[in-house]
Amino acid sequence: MGDVAFHTATTVDEALALLGDGSDARVVAGGSDLIVQARHGKSLPGTVIAIHRIDALRSLTSNGDLVVGALTSHATLCADDAVRSNWTAIADASALVGSHATRNVGTLGGNVMNASPAMETGGPLIVLGASVTLRSAAGDREVAIEELWTGPGKTSAKPGEICVAVTVPAQPAHTGSAYVRLEYRRAMEIAIVGASACVTLDDDGNVTAAKVALTALAPTIIRSPAAEAAIIGTDGNDEALAAVTAGASADAKPISDLRANEDYRRAMAGVIAKRAVAVAAQRARGEEFPIPATPVFMKGSGQ
Amino acid sequence: MKHAATLTVNGMAYPVELEGDTTLVRAIRDDIGLTGTKEGCDDCECGACMVMIDGRPVNSCTYLALQAVGSEVTTVEGLADGETLSNLQSAFLDQGGVQCGFCTPGMLVSAHALLRENADPTEEEVRLALGGNLCRCTGYTKIASAVMQAAKASV
Repeated sequence: MGDVAFHTATTVDEALALLGDGSDARVVAGGSDLIVQARHGKSLPGTVIAIHRIDALRSLTSNGDLVVGALTSHATLCADDAVRSNWTAIADASALVGSHATRNVGTLGGNVMNASPAMETGGPLIVLGASVTLRSAAGDREVAIEELWTGPGKTSAKPGEICVAVTVPAQPAHTGSAYVRLEYRRAMEIAIVGASACVTLDDDGNVTAAKVALTALAPTIIRSPAAEAAIIGTDGNDEALAAVTAGASADAKPISDLRANEDYRRAMAGVIAKRAVAVAAQRARGEEFPIPATPVFMKGSGQ
Repeated sequence: MKHAATLTVNGMAYPVELEGDTTLVRAIRDDIGLTGTKEGCDDCECGACMVMIDGRPVNSCTYLALQAVGSEVTTVEGLADGETLSNLQSAFLDQGGVQCGFCTPGMLVSAHALLRENADPTEEEVRLALGGNLCRCTGYTKIASAVMQAAKASV
């Protein structure tokens, strides 16, 4: 760390003016990514612009579409009744981020712009069809979430742009969603693998639409076309779920690292994707399933 | 580049001069001189640096000190009433929830925040709320017992 200028912006315009062309400045909200990265060799830029006091970016509205101000914390997201009912996979994911302390300061905007292929909320945003609003001096532009991430830690945002909101469309009737993570422990964990699913049923309980996304299984979070094709047009029976398992494992592009090897990740991709699809279908049928959908294994919990 | 600022910690205003990249834990320990808050992993993993910012637990090793300007910071020193320990602190002593002591300030801050939100938690809720605080000595059982004792004492 070195000689760093620090500013606190209270409006987006002020933050944009301080950011300039973005060549030697970055914004910080909760700090849980930027400050950790700074200690791991990525030095801070010459200017840090704190945006955590921009109250206008803290709004959360759900009249029709869900519009999440970029500074909305994970703690707020996983406690919000509308998110839990209608965009449940986002609640599943937000509830698993870090610890209570991380969820208090970590923001959805920061999470999205950090572009980790292991981020919890990314898969849910993909299967729910989200987009982000990027603002610069030139105005706002809307980017589909799948177009935003270009690699680990890389986005298609231009220097000088700030993420101001994430918009998630209203979902059709009989739609359910879920995010499931394979974890070694609950707190301060990074997904070994994760899977998200969003499933829409017709009146007879047959799947008319489905999206499946895989987390920590490729350089960015990816869709699994094979898993989606396996469930669409079925009633979610065991045979269809077995095909989801095979499809997700086939679509995964895992790496080996100290947390898990490639073969284990590929095998678990299928298992976790199957669980996510099953829970999403259950929720689409109106059946209750606990949030987060990943159970906690603890002495005496009976799980 | 030094920035003059005022940090409010445990109800006291401290004038400080801080670099833009100074973390809150360094400011609390080095500039203000309150050494109860510990720097453990310095990587947002272990929870030894836990403080409350406006009543919510935050890892102070990954929070820029200058971002806390305008907020109320509470450290472990702010939990006792002068020389009188809080029920929670006494319960840690009663139950033997302290061994080497390095994680204790963070444990106390997380548990304090939990009991303010949920005065009568289950043991599972206690363990989940302390999930961001690592202890390498106790095995957690006596820490969980201490928080349960404090909850019973104040319900």
